[in-house]
Amino acid sequence: MKFKLRKELWFGFILMGLILLAVMSMLIAVPKITNGHIGLLMLSLVVVAIMLGFPTAFTLMGMGMVFTWIAYEENTTKTLDLMVQSAYKVMSNDVLISIPLFVFMGYLVERANLIEKLFRSLHLALARVPGSLAVATLVTCAVFATATGIVGAVVTLMGLLALPQMLKGGYDVRLSAGAITAGGCLGILIPPSVLLIVYGATAGVSVVQLYAGAFFPGLMLAGLYIVYVIIIAKIKPSLAPPLTAEQRFVPLPPNLLKVGATQAKRALPLLLNALKGSRNHGVPTGYILKQLGIALLPAILFAVVALASYHNATKAPPQEQGSELAEMGAGSSAEPPAEGGLAEPGGGLSEPPAEAEELQEIGSEAAASDAEPAAPSAPAETVSSAPAVPVADDASPGERQAASKGYWIGLGIGALALLAFYAILSFARLEIFKMLLSSFFPLLILIMSVLGSIVFGLSTPTEAAAVGALGGFLLAIAYRQLTFSVVKESVFLTAKTSAMVCWLFVGSAIFSAAFALLGGQELVERWVLSMDLTQTQFLVLSQFIIFILGWPLEWTEIIVIFMPIFIPLLDNFGVDPLFFGLLVALNLQTAFLSPPVAMAAFYLKGVAPKHVTLNQIFAGMLPFMGIQVVAIVLLYIWPQIGMWLPQVLYGR
Amino acid sequence: MQNLLLAVDRFSTLIGKAFAWSVVLLTLLISWEVFSRYMFNKPHAWVLDAQIMLYGTLFMTAGAYTLSKNGHVRGDVLYGFFRPRTQAAIDLLLYLVFFLPGIVALTWAGWQYAQESLAIREQTFSADALPLYPFKFIIPLAGGVLLLQGLVEIVRCVMCLRDGAWPKRDDDVEEVDVEKLKEMVHVKDADIEALDQYVAPKNIIQKGGQS
Repeated sequence: MKFKLRKELWFGFILMGLILLAVMSMLIAVPKITNGHIGLLMLSLVVVAIMLGFPTAFTLMGMGMVFTWIAYEENTTKTLDLMVQSAYKVMSNDVLISIPLFVFMGYLVERANLIEKLFRSLHLALARVPGSLAVATLVTCAVFATATGIVGAVVTLMGLLALPQMLKGGYDVRLSAGAITAGGCLGILIPPSVLLIVYGATAGVSVVQLYAGAFFPGLMLAGLYIVYVIIIAKIKPSLAPPLTAEQRFVPLPPNLLKVGATQAKRALPLLLNALKGSRNHGVPTGYILKQLGIALLPAILFAVVALASYHNATKAPPQEQGSELAEMGAGSSAEPPAEGGLAEPGGGLSEPPAEAEELQEIGSEAAASDAEPAAPSAPAETVSSAPAVPVADDASPGERQAASKGYWIGLGIGALALLAFYAILSFARLEIFKMLLSSFFPLLILIMSVLGSIVFGLSTPTEAAAVGALGGFLLAIAYRQLTFSVVKESVFLTAKTSAMVCWLFVGSAIFSAAFALLGGQELVERWVLSMDLTQTQFLVLSQFIIFILGWPLEWTEIIVIFMPIFIPLLDNFGVDPLFFGLLVALNLQTAFLSPPVAMAAFYLKGVAPKHVTLNQIFAGMLPFMGIQVVAIVLLYIWPQIGMWLPQVLYGR
Repeated sequence: MQNLLLAVDRFSTLIGKAFAWSVVLLTLLISWEVFSRYMFNKPHAWVLDAQIMLYGTLFMTAGAYTLSKNGHVRGDVLYGFFRPRTQAAIDLLLYLVFFLPGIVALTWAGWQYAQESLAIREQTFSADALPLYPFKFIIPLAGGVLLLQGLVEIVRCVMCLRDGAWPKRDDDVEEVDVEKLKEMVHVKDADIEALDQYVAPKNIIQKGGQS
């Protein structure tokens, strides 16, 4: 049984020794050892025990039980009661229930196997952007990781799909590896993520608000990654050379070639011409009609939205009397109803619409009155051009009003955008559009409808998760991937993942109870308050501790063990637990990218060619880790990035 | 011996997998409820209780299944670097110190808890009440299976201490099954190897440039 200690082991043992030493010296230093000190001893012991590698759930359970027994002065009955009640509390937790459902949805979406198509269509669609392959990788990762939430699978898949493309395209190994690993981890943060559910369940913060709050920070992080890649590609094109014409080439279907389509030719006129009969060269009319239908999809959607909103915009205002602005259906009267359509015809009240802010506000009101928010699911072109989204529908029937100026301005902008879209819609772009239609938009709609229905309060996270899982089923059916073995595998994996997370909760429920019973919490609180920190110092310190803990521990462990200790402290410093949760989520994401434990790197290494070393992958991840730190700082300086949406929607 | 261990593994797996299907039920039940509420304006009070029960059953009974596949979260920083014998020694010690007392207590307390519930034929608090006691019997059930599986793991630790290598386990679905993923996106090992030509020469150039 002799073995040589390796470097890593030394490091770990020294860390453990330090922890134990610190606690011992504390115990010796205090004049009288109280229960609170025993609580701290328990905390340090549990960190050491977890580092030894025993399954954390059972470590927590066993240790919690022993110390509960001590706290209850060796009363066995009370200890047993507490244990079983802790377990039952987790079993009947109505927040955690959405975990298996979201996980199930993730496995189903992953097995629907649309990532290949997704990446290909995005990389063609973004072909002219600098660093297009890396940007496409990041976007693919963001969308796919958000829908599935499985870091390992996303990184592995992108390592198989995107890495070869990037290497062949002459991309730097490090940049490629960084983009894949960083992108794959985005699913941790961007809702619907399991991390936020776990945090919400532990900290007692509403998951709905966490989702609303994490949405923009998540997008911001993805955006920062993309900006970084574009800048790198601009400054040092050798690291990310532009695509060659050959790589940008989009093969056209033979039927289209027959009617005379070329890469650059505009699609619409030619298709219309081909319909006239004589020039269709034996291509069935049905086929051309189908192509035309797809090409016209954005226009049709635009027309539908325009008509629907015209219908709403011209509705009589709910109140007859003149100059006062009509109160909007479910919204508070304090909110300025920016909707132009509600203004009196005479009054020149036409606000410039088409702003995201208004979309959200109106969306929330539409949600409150059970109207359907049409905006989130519409593709980008139409969103920007659909200012007059459905207004609260309970207007009393009256005379139709003329649509306001704002509506027409919006319509004009939309129409112009549509014209521009058709002006550049070549056959190559039509092909790309078709590919996006079958890979990107379905996922986007799935995510947005799940997220939208949660955030706008149409359904609880549990309901949205269940419907999302059903959506996963439908997606798998649509892509002809739904076999019994796919369902079976997804079900079993779901069971294992849920058991992993929820048993951890069972363990930590017992453990936290013991910690509270021993009064460890009060001791920590007194100690922290005695340090006399400012809010900023406290936040920096706590985030630093969490960052350090991210090295030996998994995010699940950090949240379930340490959040119950941090959360009660927040009140003293006037920190919103919701905001703290966003910082923690961003922070724990860096743990996935920080060497030497970054899981993402090992997944990528597993599918990378031999000569790509772990060190190269780590080196590639570092700039992205830096960006994450920048994102944390940005969120700290402008909390509004995260807090704005929850504030608007829920008045926090 | 090995056969006995695997038989217990299979028993735990069977229980876990059988109850794992409740996630499908859960999906369908909630989707149906959402549909029924929004379309027909007919909510059902019992669905909320039923979904909690399905979820609780799902993860509790999967505990032993997950343990039999070595799937519970571990602190992997050091553990992965230990030799199998060291791993087994630590595991054995902690199974005896933490796992056995914890799970025995949970099972025992859970049994009492469920018995009390059964004695009063406990029901949920809602308009259409569901019986609650079967759900509470899930605790001793899950605890019992987990205990059995834990004993098997202890035997495994002892075997590993004797042989210096971990006994084999049955295969199961993996979250990240690289071979399967490769097949899914049609990538072959040869393709990956072929990529080295893009990596290797460039490295040499870079190293040359830097030094």
